[in-house]
Amino acid sequence: MSGARIVLAVENLSVSFDGFKAVNDLNLYVEQNELRVVIGPNGAGKTTLLDLICGRTRATEGSIKFKDMELTRMPEYERVRRGIGRKFQTPSIYENLTVLENLEVSYPRGRSVFGSLFFRRDQALLDRVKEVAELIYLDDRLDDAAELLSHGQKQWLEIGMLLMQDPELLMLDEPVAGMSVSERQKTAELLTRISNNRSVIVIEHDMEFVKSIAHRVTVLHQGKMLAEGSMDHVQADPRVIEVYLGH
Amino acid sequence: MTTPSVIETKPEAAPAWRAYVPLAVLAVFILAVLPLCLDLFRLNLVGKYLTYAFVAIGLVLCWGYGGILSLGQGVFFGLGGYAMAMFLKLEASDPESTKIQSTPGIPDFMDWNQITALPALWQPFHSFAFTLFAIVAVPGLLAFVIGLAMFKRRVGGVYFAIMTQAFAAMLSILIIGQQGYTGGVNGITDLKTLLGWDIRTDHAKYVLYFLNAGLLLGAVLLGQIVLKTKFGKLLLALRDKEERVRFSGYDVAAFKVFIFTFAAMLSAVGGAMFTLQVGFMSPSFVGIVPSIEMVIFTAVGGRLSLVGAVYGSLAVNFGKSYFSESFPQLWLFLMGGLFIAVVMLFPNGLAGLGENISGWVKQWRGRQARQLPARGASRAATPPTDEPAAPNALRAKGGAA
Repeated sequence: MSGARIVLAVENLSVSFDGFKAVNDLNLYVEQNELRVVIGPNGAGKTTLLDLICGRTRATEGSIKFKDMELTRMPEYERVRRGIGRKFQTPSIYENLTVLENLEVSYPRGRSVFGSLFFRRDQALLDRVKEVAELIYLDDRLDDAAELLSHGQKQWLEIGMLLMQDPELLMLDEPVAGMSVSERQKTAELLTRISNNRSVIVIEHDMEFVKSIAHRVTVLHQGKMLAEGSMDHVQADPRVIEVYLGH
Repeated sequence: MTTPSVIETKPEAAPAWRAYVPLAVLAVFILAVLPLCLDLFRLNLVGKYLTYAFVAIGLVLCWGYGGILSLGQGVFFGLGGYAMAMFLKLEASDPESTKIQSTPGIPDFMDWNQITALPALWQPFHSFAFTLFAIVAVPGLLAFVIGLAMFKRRVGGVYFAIMTQAFAAMLSILIIGQQGYTGGVNGITDLKTLLGWDIRTDHAKYVLYFLNAGLLLGAVLLGQIVLKTKFGKLLLALRDKEERVRFSGYDVAAFKVFIFTFAAMLSAVGGAMFTLQVGFMSPSFVGIVPSIEMVIFTAVGGRLSLVGAVYGSLAVNFGKSYFSESFPQLWLFLMGGLFIAVVMLFPNGLAGLGENISGWVKQWRGRQARQLPARGASRAATPPTDEPAAPNALRAKGGAA
């Protein structure tokens, strides 16, 4: 094997909202350890695609296979437990808990009701928290309430919460939106580092940022795939230029 | 506090005992201060109020932390109370003392309703062990089924609150309508003994008060322990960011069902203790109005404070009995006003009163400090104007106007 194992296979996927096909007969394959960026104009169906993969939206047709397991009928939490992590567009963290508690609550042990009642904070958890906190540049903020973090730090914290679960597929919806230049740079480093041993799908608008992280880029337009390939290849594609610059 | 060495030292380790100080103060208050200061009649009233506190602490967990507002906790309080009342009523209805009835040996109200044999539903309540089991199991099972049906379908917020109201209305209508089986609107009255022990004596009232107080303190402690676990943090997380919890691999519905069921069981214990101390149970503790009153106790006490909920139950009920004795017409308006005041001015109830007031003082000082330099008086003596700005943590506004 060439190491190009397919982790996620999306085939003939469609979803329609009252007749409007937000995602239309889409095929997408993501390989192991690949960092894929999905771009496209507003309303192209990028966020809907992530919603379909993580289970927030149910597919009308088609199949989503993760490591050869069919996901389309699986409840959300089951998909997460199989190794899919999803970061939302706006930072979605628990403001009333500390950074440490945010990470602790995301730790994939004690996930059942009784498991969580009898869960004890142990060294393995604290080690993992420390490891992740260093990765997301928050190791000196563990005791602070999450609401005190800056916008960019909140984004990192949410990524960290996903990393606690050590997902095989990580999906990030506009992770650098609202970040400063230096924060963008740090985020790019972070994404490169965490995609070493997992597949990552990123939705992003910032082309500079896309260029700095992407292995391959998928362009969506009106729910369909328009182009796929390296950033240079995609940028040279006349149809992509038409979609972005046309009218 | 400022050292970030959380990895090496457990953050709660140093002041662990401090979290239990309010509970200890409460214990002294209800186990020593109140019994020493009040006569038996008033103490019995306190005992009654403390049975509502079981509901209130259930609501702190379920509503304050879990974000699930139930306006039908009277259902579970009532079911617990009725289970206990059924047992006591059967004991009070032995053939000897009911020999004037056309069917001796059944509860008097059944006889009045031309029922000639004990209904099957009542049979198991001859057993005290079964009764104790039923007190928590029946309301628990009902809450479990309601919770499962609602939360699996992602019914929440206002819709859930309305559903619980409907259940409260249904149960009270059912009880009132099925007079022959339930005692109807009068409830189940004339309860006399518990396993041969007369519950109407002064001595029994003392014993039951302390039993109730002990159970309540145990329930608060249990609640505090639950809140300290990962489950407790997840409850808070669930209230604020349900989607994030779901997409972190948790079956959100299961957590909601659990805490709702737990709150229902606590309420039921309160109901059973109510029956024992007050000597009867009636549909007036089941329906919509009592259920909403119980939410008010919680809100007044502070919906994020288990200990506060107990004080809230005491304060509102003392207020209720005082004002309804002195100004019977005004009481309902006062109760409504109190609820509005709590929501507007003290969102954290009695438990948050200290914070609220210190916030106001700071705000007032800040305003003073800003006004003084404007008048040109002793500019050097006053602190710089930018420093004591109104604390933005305080959400209450317009207190002075």
